[in-house]
Amino acid sequence: MHMADALISPIVGGTMWAATSGVMAYSIKKVQHDMDDNKIPLMGVMGAFVFAAQMINFSIPGTGSSGHLAGGMLLAILLGPYAGFLTMASVLLIQALFFADGGLLAYGCNVFNLGFFSCFVAYPMIDKWFIRDEMTSKRIFAASMVSSVVALQIGAFSVVLQTFLSGKTELPFGTFALFMQPIHLGIGVVEGLVTAAVVTYVWKARPEIIEKSIHGQELNGHSMKKVITTLAIVAVIVGSVFSWFASASPDGLEWSMLKTAGETELETPDGIHKTLSQIQTKVSFLPDYEFKNHESDEAVPTEAGEPWPAVSAGTSISGIIGGLITLLSAVFTGFMISIAKRRKKRIIV
Amino acid sequence: MNSMANFSNTLYNMGVMNDLARKDTPIHRIHPLAKVLTTFVYLLILVSFDRYEISGLLPLIFYPLLVFLFAELPAGPILKRILFVEPFIIGIGILNPFFDQEIVIIGGIALSRGWITFFSIFIKSGLAVTAGLLLMATTGMDKLAAALRLLKIPRLFVLQLLLTYRYISLLMEEVARTIRAYSLRAPTHKGVHRSAWGSLAGQLLLRTLDRAQRIYQAMCLRGFTGEYHTGEDAHMQWRDFIYVISWSIFFVIIRLYNIPMVIGALLMGVIR
Repeated sequence: MHMADALISPIVGGTMWAATSGVMAYSIKKVQHDMDDNKIPLMGVMGAFVFAAQMINFSIPGTGSSGHLAGGMLLAILLGPYAGFLTMASVLLIQALFFADGGLLAYGCNVFNLGFFSCFVAYPMIDKWFIRDEMTSKRIFAASMVSSVVALQIGAFSVVLQTFLSGKTELPFGTFALFMQPIHLGIGVVEGLVTAAVVTYVWKARPEIIEKSIHGQELNGHSMKKVITTLAIVAVIVGSVFSWFASASPDGLEWSMLKTAGETELETPDGIHKTLSQIQTKVSFLPDYEFKNHESDEAVPTEAGEPWPAVSAGTSISGIIGGLITLLSAVFTGFMISIAKRRKKRIIV
Repeated sequence: MNSMANFSNTLYNMGVMNDLARKDTPIHRIHPLAKVLTTFVYLLILVSFDRYEISGLLPLIFYPLLVFLFAELPAGPILKRILFVEPFIIGIGILNPFFDQEIVIIGGIALSRGWITFFSIFIKSGLAVTAGLLLMATTGMDKLAAALRLLKIPRLFVLQLLLTYRYISLLMEEVARTIRAYSLRAPTHKGVHRSAWGSLAGQLLLRTLDRAQRIYQAMCLRGFTGEYHTGEDAHMQWRDFIYVISWSIFFVIIRLYNIPMVIGALLMGVIR
């Protein structure tokens, strides 16, 4: 499920980087705020544990094949959403850096797909819901199972969406989704079974570990609500502005050229350049204009006969995503300043 | 059990990257932040190319090539890694020719456009993977962490990243020992049996938690206050700035002008 650099566009990669940085900054703030003294080494060693545990083959009953643990859900349950998310982020960074498992530009996508949905969607909304009243083996099993499946389903769908929005492959959205979702249903079931087995074991052996983490880390409902409302409002405003720009520029770089040079293509002066470009047009391997005319997103009816404005669903999605970039980088800046200020006031930890 | 091969492979790969990063070459001496920035500019330019672009991409190969040469890296381990990652890309990209069958004629050969996008993705992924691995092979984890701190990444995350990195080899060995013990007692099992899922991984987890506690106590005894000192606090020098800027200019030129096409056109012009 790791996204590769070759499959994403700079806009999608950049947006997801911004989103991930925002969530990371927020998580760091929360972890620092209600930090147990030993949380940093705990996060570090747990990250290493997940990295190593991912290599254990768990044989799946009745199939003859074996599955692996991804660990996002386990980290959320054991460390809480914020520390769990940060730990998953560092595991993914090491995988990207040393093993090229997931690209560096796609790092934001991967942290979001594999960490965010487990820690901030599946964990607080599903896992905790199952075990908030009382903890039994059955409840732990149901909680781990449902939340793992849901987290992986959303994650897989997010991979499909990011690939589709990047437009580097020709895979139709529906086909790719139909391919990814069932596969990740299976993966999610295995993840759920292993997570349930491990959590139940730890709960029976050392109940305080699980209970402490469940009761210790409340998601602050009030501040989350505020964040989500602000996100929604700003996204709508910025989204509409962005899609207006986007319809005129299929390519971020061309757009920035348009802004700086006033032209989407640099004008070629007369003389040698003119001759060259004429020759180039005649002999070129992949003439620029030919594909552009047939295939570019600009103002030309697509093969399906849809004129450009009809595809505006995609445009507005990119607009909303653009809005998210702006907002989240602003949030990020805010957090950075507050962290920097706090650093001066007291020694952290 | 094939887990064992996984463990030793992973440890070996990390070890190779570590050894390479300890070399002393002009590229290794460049400031880590400069290398991080250059890598990101490179990747951004690389993925910003149109999906039908092949020829324009090609000059980008000069960057990994020169870094390879100046950093005196062996090609083997990195090529192996690329070969490891490409099958996934091929798996997704190979469907392109089926979905986009519009024919284009290139140099007299009729080719469906899907193949062009496929090759474009293939090249991009190879270059992107190489660029990332070269960053690690010429920088190393400690210096990369220092660069992240200079980029104002909060110390909590950097510290946690370094701790994770430090303990991977230790925990991998522990997990490998456990799996070895398990497989010696259950030689016919392909993986860990369902009945042992919880106890095997759970025991490892409990041991890990205890280890974390011991590590924390040891850190406190040594005066841990939340900072990690890398020892070097060097700022970027002129040569580091020049490194980033000249590479960036090079990449942008490649993005704006299709150099292979210009060269081809020039040659054709001469022949005429």
